[in-house]
Amino acid sequence: MKLTVNGRAHDLASDPLRPLLHVLRDELDVTGPKAGCQQGSCGTCTILVDGEARRSCLTPLALVDGAEVTTIEGLGDATRLNALQAAFHQYYGAQCGFCTSGMIVAAHALLERNPAPTRHDIQTALAGHICRCTGYVKILDAIEAVARGETFTETNGDRQPGVEESVAKTGVSG
Amino acid sequence: MTSEILLPTSQEEAIASFGDGGGLTVLGGGTALMPELAAGGPSGLRVLCLARAGLDGVSRSNGSVTIGAACPISALEELDEPLATAARHVADPEVRAQATVGGNICVEASAESPRGDLQAPLIALAATGRSSGAGGERTEPIENFLASRDGRLLLEVSYPDTSRVAGYAVARRPHAHHYPIMAACAARDSGTTRVAVTGAARTGHRCTSVEQALASGATADDAAARVVDDVAGELRDDALASAWYRERVMPTLVARALAQLEEGSA
Repeated sequence: MKLTVNGRAHDLASDPLRPLLHVLRDELDVTGPKAGCQQGSCGTCTILVDGEARRSCLTPLALVDGAEVTTIEGLGDATRLNALQAAFHQYYGAQCGFCTSGMIVAAHALLERNPAPTRHDIQTALAGHICRCTGYVKILDAIEAVARGETFTETNGDRQPGVEESVAKTGVSG
Repeated sequence: MTSEILLPTSQEEAIASFGDGGGLTVLGGGTALMPELAAGGPSGLRVLCLARAGLDGVSRSNGSVTIGAACPISALEELDEPLATAARHVADPEVRAQATVGGNICVEASAESPRGDLQAPLIALAATGRSSGAGGERTEPIENFLASRDGRLLLEVSYPDTSRVAGYAVARRPHAHHYPIMAACAARDSGTTRVAVTGAARTGHRCTSVEQALASGATADDAAARVVDDVAGELRDDALASAWYRERVMPTLVARALAQLEEGSA
């Protein structure tokens, strides 16, 4: 089976029913999607399949043969945050960080199809994403800021630590 | 043990691969099967995957709306009521884009999940199901299919493309999203009202007692109370609600769905 992940092509011989989540994490070392409930209910394993948000824990490898998969790593990295990642940092939208990659991927998919969402639209789009730190308000604030075109600098004035260090600590890439 | 996947690329091939269904697990979007596997379910399955069988479309022709079994639930969100509202209440946007209509109709309810949110609206819309399996293909009212679905491959569902007024009332459980515990659906077409409930019994259930009471001139509230007769002996306890609770809430949901018919036709 063939799979492109964040622009890199892979040829895989795994069990066709293996969840994409475990293929990504255990075979391809792409660990941004987290293994949370593994029942499709928590949202933290969310990725893009041909641009649409999907639960990688619910997706057997056979269903994505030939597809293009994008994970949080494909949206931006610690040296070059995309707008959502920078906004989550600036608005303190990431607390323990476990839900963050799924939240950002779902928010990215929302803004791609609806660049000017209302707060209710954002809540609806994130309905399947659980944050147990209860950081929802700051997460919604961050996404709203991106939607209204707010720009973010990578090093953020008096807010320390800097973006790179903060991202490493919150584990966005690990 | 490695799984074996059959990936038919046409409806005819899917029907031939399915045969009489023996030893096969049907895979739509994976949203029901994958959690079972993650929880230590069976390995080494022989799986018929419908993703490329051309069964994922919605069409309107010859006075019918036809929905393929592998159509994602998200594709129903703007279709006819009460189906569209019921579809919008299923799980969350990502799951709706992956889960299929066929899975929602065919997967057995479990102790943790009533499932089958689309069954009541389809019954209310007088839908039929076309399936294949032992004895060949057949088309039948969806409530009949639900009663004898084991061992059959659902291909598509259809309902009449007419104008009607509809009602939908739901009791939901708070989560990050709110998912339905049970729901009542009603649809009125040329003076005839069809009523069905989901989340009460093992499958979606047509409420003929309620319908007959309406036809004989009962008030909406009196007719709604008859839902208890329709689901008598079938109410279940599960992780979301007790049979006791279901019996008391169902009449209210049916009454609310019927009230929407009056608002819609006013």
